[in-house]
Amino acid sequence: MVRSLIYSLTFHSALIFLTILSLPFMLREPINLPPIVSVELIQISDKTSIPYAPKARKIIEEAKKKEKERLVSEQAPPAAKAKEKPDRIPLPNEKKEEKQIVKKKQNPEEIKPQIRQASEFEKKEIIDTNQIAALIDKAKEEEAVKQKKSDKITQSSQKNKFATGLTLSQEDALKAQIFGCWSVPLGLPYDENLLVRIKLKLKKDGTIMKSEILDHQRMNKPDQRFYKVLAESALRAVRLCQPLKVPPTGYDKWKELQLNFNPTEMLKG
Amino acid sequence: MKKILLILIFKIILISKASALIEIDITRGNLDPLPIAISPLHVDIKSENFEGIKIKELGEEISKLIENNFRSTGLFNPLKKEAFVQKPDIAHLKPRFEDWRLIKAQALVTGKILVKNGKLKVEFRLWDLAAAKEMTALAFTTTPSNWRRVSHIISDKIYERLTGEEGYFDTRIIYVSESGPKNQRIKKLAIMDQDGANTKYLTLGNELVLTPRFNPTNQMVTYMSYFRNMPRVYLLDIETGTQEVVGNFPGMTFAPRFSPDGKKIVMSFAKEGNSDIYTMDLDSRVVERITDHSSIDTSPSFSPDGKFIAFNSDRSGLQQIYVMRSDGSGVKRITFGNGIYGTPVWSPRGDLIAFTKMRKGRFYIGVMRTDGTGERLLTENYYQEAPSWSPNGRVLVFYRETKSGSKGEGFSAKLWSIDITGYNERRLKTETDASDPSWSSLLSK
Repeated sequence: MVRSLIYSLTFHSALIFLTILSLPFMLREPINLPPIVSVELIQISDKTSIPYAPKARKIIEEAKKKEKERLVSEQAPPAAKAKEKPDRIPLPNEKKEEKQIVKKKQNPEEIKPQIRQASEFEKKEIIDTNQIAALIDKAKEEEAVKQKKSDKITQSSQKNKFATGLTLSQEDALKAQIFGCWSVPLGLPYDENLLVRIKLKLKKDGTIMKSEILDHQRMNKPDQRFYKVLAESALRAVRLCQPLKVPPTGYDKWKELQLNFNPTEMLKG
Repeated sequence: MKKILLILIFKIILISKASALIEIDITRGNLDPLPIAISPLHVDIKSENFEGIKIKELGEEISKLIENNFRSTGLFNPLKKEAFVQKPDIAHLKPRFEDWRLIKAQALVTGKILVKNGKLKVEFRLWDLAAAKEMTALAFTTTPSNWRRVSHIISDKIYERLTGEEGYFDTRIIYVSESGPKNQRIKKLAIMDQDGANTKYLTLGNELVLTPRFNPTNQMVTYMSYFRNMPRVYLLDIETGTQEVVGNFPGMTFAPRFSPDGKKIVMSFAKEGNSDIYTMDLDSRVVERITDHSSIDTSPSFSPDGKFIAFNSDRSGLQQIYVMRSDGSGVKRITFGNGIYGTPVWSPRGDLIAFTKMRKGRFYIGVMRTDGTGERLLTENYYQEAPSWSPNGRVLVFYRETKSGSKGEGFSAKLWSIDITGYNERRLKTETDASDPSWSSLLSK
């Protein structure tokens, strides 16, 4: 009797514990996470990327100034490209992450990042870590302020963080690549809720084995012409992007990917 | 017992892992116009000559016209023909997709023409180069002299397939053609194709004409003209050239516009110094008073469902835009910004109202939602007004005047168009100076 009770108790508590771990709605409201900024993969030089930090800050400040100016005038927003710029600037902390990935690629024996950071080579390059850390923090703060303005982004990125098995920088690399390939159909109405979900099956080299639109039946309805146009543009983007810049390891994690194409933010300008 | 438990726990862990498909949100992309290759149309060797038309060059001409249409939208980037890698006849049968992709094209248009027995047959195909498949293919037969219209219709079909919305190339614009010095302007009604070709003058210019407006359902126009110094509202059938006066009112009538079904005209009508809004049924000629207010109410415009009317009124002091039900009830002010608002025009899509705004001596053309929120000013200038919508609600055409000297020198009035995003401002080519444009619906509808 007592034994079975103990079994029952352990089993149930184990179940509850697992549920808490794996069910999304059990998550507490996440603490202020650092924002996710999309990054284009850039070849990183042999030296560390840290000297770029002050420059990045300057550009962010400039972009902010520009934004302020734009708010003053009542004209329709000019050149959407300029807006994209600040987001694309790699922040130093992310660059570090990227660098780690690149390093892994270059010498596969070197697996543990801790070991790598302790190497003599690194020590030589980094002179005043405190100062650098301060700079990084400042840049982070500025980005955080920006982030607050658009809750939407925060939400989606939080969702991603929970769901994906990719690191943020890996995800950002993929995003940046697809951003570049996707010609957004500019004629779409911006007040309609258009979202195209595409499921991809990938080969190890990042080429696409199969692409599938998840709401396929919506494609051929006569009143869903805009959806069709958007879906086609998304498929074009994926095809043009081949091979995708996938992480060198963890094929099982990303052999199937779901891409959610949502132009609403862009079309609103 | 323990084993079973362990297996259970393992399974639960596995399930929770397997369900986590990686999702990535793509919220940004490339805003550059879509690169499109428009191959010259292949001319069938069996083609016969047709009076006055150089058949051999027709394939090239049609592709050029389609290219110009697309370039004018700002949504497409037609690629230079020098870079094309395949001959038109072969490309039309089966393009080598990888070669076209090399020049960074994402879509390809090919076609073939044949002139036989006095008939022109044009067929075209639109290819999705990334997917390596045909998106649409159609053929048209007409008289050879009609090749411009066929090209516009083809442009519309391609535009529709690539953007999901109706095209606006097979349309015409009516406007007031102006010539002569500023204090002695000769004003004639003129009509042209949307791309500026085929200009025709509809009146002689001995009387002043103002505010021509298309009937949204067919090719009828209503406009104002002065007859013995009294403004009158006229109806004009463009196909037959017949015109008639709409009613004979004792006061002055202004700014007539059709209802969306084309059966009524809404206008403002001044009586004893006070202007109100009236409608008139074109069949029964019954006039109905819509507003009754001591202020000046002008520039009425119907919503596309015919349920509402937007208009100007100075009842709150400065001239602002108001919306009411089409029977005159439920009047609601929708603009509250600084400055004077005028010429509201309801978009054919029904989601926006275009307007002219004057503030601190500058003129703006803008759009806002029908409840007055989301005001966006698209363009600013010294003097500009009278926006008119393209039939798909994507582009506005309006006119702009330049500042002139004390004797009227340096004065000009031109037609301009702008996308509702505020991009792609362009001047429309007209033979003379021009004002007060109105865009027709699709001719082939």
